[in-house]
Parts: sequence; structure tokens; C-alpha cells
Amino acid sequence: MKRRGFAFDLGIATAALVVLAILPVLFPSKALVDFAIRVAAFGIFASSLNILVGYTGLVSFGHGMFFGAGAYTFGLLMQNTGTSIPAAFLLTLLLSAALAAVVGAICVRLKEIYFAFITLAFQMLLHSLIISWQQLTGGDQGLMGGIPRPPFLGIDLADQSHLYLFACATLIVSLLIMRHLMQSPFGYTLRMIRDNAERAQFIGIRIWRMRLAAFILAGIFASVGGIIMSLLVSGAYPEFGYWTISGEAIFMLMLGGTSAFLGPTVGTMMLLLLNDVITRFTEYYGLTLGVVILLFALVFRKGVADFAVEAWRRRFGENQA
Amino acid sequence: MDPAALADCLKTTSCVVTQFTSGLIIGMLLFLVAAGLTLIFGVLKVVNFTHGSFYMLGAYLALSVYKISDSFTLAVVCAGAGVALFGLVFERLFMSRVYGSNVLMQLLVCYAFILILDDAVKFIWGAEFKSMGMPPAFQRPPILLAGGVIPAFYLFLIVIALAIGAVLWLVITRTRVGKIVRAAAHNPTMTSALGINTGLIYGTVFAAGGLLAGLAGGLAAPVRSMAPGMGVSILIESFIVTVIGGMGSIGGALAGSLLIGLIRSFGSIGFPLFTEGIMFLFMAMVLVIKPSGLFGKDI
Repeated sequence: MKRRGFAFDLGIATAALVVLAILPVLFPSKALVDFAIRVAAFGIFASSLNILVGYTGLVSFGHGMFFGAGAYTFGLLMQNTGTSIPAAFLLTLLLSAALAAVVGAICVRLKEIYFAFITLAFQMLLHSLIISWQQLTGGDQGLMGGIPRPPFLGIDLADQSHLYLFACATLIVSLLIMRHLMQSPFGYTLRMIRDNAERAQFIGIRIWRMRLAAFILAGIFASVGGIIMSLLVSGAYPEFGYWTISGEAIFMLMLGGTSAFLGPTVGTMMLLLLNDVITRFTEYYGLTLGVVILLFALVFRKGVADFAVEAWRRRFGENQA
Repeated sequence: MDPAALADCLKTTSCVVTQFTSGLIIGMLLFLVAAGLTLIFGVLKVVNFTHGSFYMLGAYLALSVYKISDSFTLAVVCAGAGVALFGLVFERLFMSRVYGSNVLMQLLVCYAFILILDDAVKFIWGAEFKSMGMPPAFQRPPILLAGGVIPAFYLFLIVIALAIGAVLWLVITRTRVGKIVRAAAHNPTMTSALGINTGLIYGTVFAAGGLLAGLAGGLAAPVRSMAPGMGVSILIESFIVTVIGGMGSIGGALAGSLLIGLIRSFGSIGFPLFTEGIMFLFMAMVLVIKPSGLFGKDI
């Protein structure tokens, strides 16, 4: 069957954006808007992790480092320099890319489980730095005093409905860019490295350079997720850089599935929904979530979106990923 | 950050002795936990992220047995045995199903159990902080050495942990069981072709890891307060220890534990907020220079 191209993805993205823009008009609920913004933040974050885990085959335990770095860099820039939001946004992406380049250059040379360990080590290093550098970061209290959100181009992010649209647009645009990159020759090179690194090397691919590129890319988009989160809570907290954030992102990948591009976003929605539902009905949150995780890890063994893609393929006989 | 306080401490012998012994007991308790973690990794090539929860379970079991029986010895033994049994069941029923699949699945199963066990402890023992109190046998004046204060229980702890470590080393290097375990670690397929039940070996290794973590939890009970979630910090530390010492190396676990123990006790004076950072910095450096760890075999 013919491959669908960028135009098709663009069409879906536009349609999704229109639906998301209409949604709060049909269901005017503050909780829904809040939920959607969190889905946007974590959806971008989980999808960026999937560039490493799903496409490149690098299991990172420390991806939350860039989520935290994004939130703190953006927050600090807005609080201290008085720049406009777009400028701070772009500067944060640049700084996150630089951080990812330095950390990645050290990490991507290590194999398998050791890669997981060293990314965790760097993440916790950053977390300790945030906790101990109290003058700058506010230590374990987080960035206090709120993040100023001056209006730009008629968009006022202090207004929840504007923030909602901004977050949705950022989610869609980020997903579209990631999708396009993963469908490009670069994306297929990453898949090849994942499936057979030795063979990729034989045909002249510099493996560590490709892995580093994937690492930087994933880091940049993770920081976008962090920025959205810091805009939502108007601050940044050390937990954003703690290892549990990375653990949650991994769980989102497993819930949604790593083989379908939208899997991580679906997983994000499921986990956040699950969180809200469980905390409403029981105080034994860990017990319930643990059983759900076990169910996915031992019984289903793949994510929800994986099942959907398989069913689709069986029905329409498509065999392209 | 207070490097001056650390410099002051290093100038007086009494402070050095006090901090050194407290570093030693942190290190010895850590060693018991890390030894189990590294043993399980060495044989099964699986990182048991629930190991910290094993330790927590041991501490709470010891608390309950001590309250009923009033015997600290019995409490520690029951903690070890109980957690060993739990380790066996956990491995046979759950972990053994994800050996073939990728690291993510193993991680998820462990993560699920961390959450479940924390809540189970909250359900059974309550969410508030608990403490066991010092058993009467150890309620005696501390030993003074060069002006430093060493509680009697600390000495007992160091001796008993070293003894457990020695027994572990003897079992692994000198007995038939140890030989089989080493064979299964080296080449599981060949070992099973020789008619040895590797599933049983794996279960036993998990039980041994549980035994060590349970004993550590029981031994730590008089000097540590307990709360659900207490397993996480010891998990992270013993994880750092095994990476630094070399995954699968018991000797490396001992060296790494002592190092981390001393960093913790002296670091808490000089830079209380960044001690964890120092540990992770060290871990990252070891991984860059020698990924297999200081005492690990090269990969």
C-alpha cells in the first residue's frame, strides 16, 4: 500500500487542532482545560522519550532531566531577564540542546543497561544541583513567586483559555515535527541502528553521531514539555527533575505502546486519567496503579495503541510501520 | 554548603572518629543490601529494583516480631527468613516471566511492586513514622575512643554485617551450592544441560538476596525510623554502590558501600544538600572511565 506523506499528517494535525479548539466551547469545564494542558506537557515529553526508546532503542532512565531543565530554565529566564515568552522559549530550547549535547556525548557511547544507569546518574546530579543551589532555584521549595507571563502577539498566557490553545498548538506542532523527522531518512536510520547497529555501521553510518542527534532531539522536545508544565503551574519544582518523572514517562510509553507514533500520547492520556480516577476513589493509589502496571507488563505485554495498530493492519492488510 | 565545618571536623580526632563509625554503619547496612542486589544481577543479569522494598519489609517484619516476642535476635532472623520467602515467591511467580523480554518489562514489574509494597505497608502498619527503640541488651554507655563516641550497637552492627558478608563469600567460593550458582551465572544453558534445575537456582539466588536485604532491614530497625517509601533511598544508594563496585562483584559491593557510607557521613557536615549529588557524580565518573565498575570484569 502507498505510504501516506507529510500532507496527510498535516491534515490530521489541522483537524485535531480544530477539534481541540472547539472542545472547551462544547464542554466549558476548568478541570478539562487543566487536564488537557497536562496531557500536552506530558504528551510531548513521553513522545520525545519514545524517539530514544522506541525508535533508537536507547532506554533512558534519566529523560526527566530535560523536562526539569526546560521548566527551570524557562522559569528563571522569565523571572530574571524580563524577556518575552517567545524569546525565552527559544532560548530554553537552545540551552536544553546544549545540555543534551554535553550529557549525550558522554552517555551514548555506553551500551544497554549502562546507558540507562548513566542517564539516571546525570538526572539525579541535576536534581541535587536544583536542591542545593538555593539562591538560584529556591531549593526544595521550587521556583517561588510565580512566573511572569507578559502577553505577546495578542496571546495572554495568564488567561487559562489562551494557555489551553497555546499548549494544544505546541503539542500538535511538536508531534508533527517529531513525526516528520521519524518518517524521514534520519528516522529510518535510527530504526536501523535500533534493529542492527553493526550492520548500520557497515554501510557507513556513524552510530554514535546518530544516537547523539536523537538524544539532543529528544532533549529539546522534553524541555518543551517542561516549559508547558512551568507555564501551567507558574513555577518549577525539584520533582520535575526527579527520577520518578522519568519512570512515569516510561510507564506512559508502555501503556500506550512504543510502535505506534501516537502511542506515547495515548499512554499519557491514560495514565493521567488513571491518576485522577484512582485518587478519587481510593487512598491506596500505589496498590491500584501497581496492579494495572503488572497487568500491562505480564498479561498484555504491549500498549493500547499497539493493539489498535495491529487490528488496523489485520483489517486493511497494511504492512508498513 | 559549609566546607569550613567539614575542615573543622577533620581537625579534631573526636569528630573524625564519630563520623567515621557512623559512616561505617551506613556502609555496612548498605553492603548487606547491595550484596544481594549485585548477587542477583551477577547470576540473573536482572536489576532487582524492588530490593529497597525488600529492605523495608525486613524492617517492618522485625518491628512486629520484636513487639510480640521482645527478642531482637528472633526479630532479625524472622525478618531475614520472611523476606527470603517473599523473594522466592516474587521471583518464581513474577520476575521469571520477564527474563526473556527487554529491560523495560523487568523495570515495570519491579516498579509495580515498589508501589504495591509501599501501599501494603501503609495498609498493615500505617502511614506514620514508626521506630523500634534500642533493645535493652544494647542500652549501655557508648564506648569512647580518642574522644569520639561509638554506641555499643554500632560495634555489634559492624561485626555482624562483616560476619554475614564472610559467610556469603564462603558459600559462594567454597561450597558446592556456590559452585553451581557461579556456573549458572557463567553459562545458564550449559548448566541446565548438565541436569541442574536453573529455575531453582534463580529462585534460591533471589531468596538469598531477600535474606540479606531482610537481615539488613531487621538490623537497621533500632537505629532507623520506618515509613512507607523508606526503601527508595536505600535502593538508590545500593544501586550506586553496585555500579561503582561493579555489577556482580561482592567485593566491589563492600568497597563501594564503605565509600558511599563515608561520603554520606562526612558529606552531611560539609555539604548536606549535595551529598547525593556527589554520589551520582562519582557514579557517572566510574561509568565513563570503566563502565563495568571498579571491581567488575570488563564487558
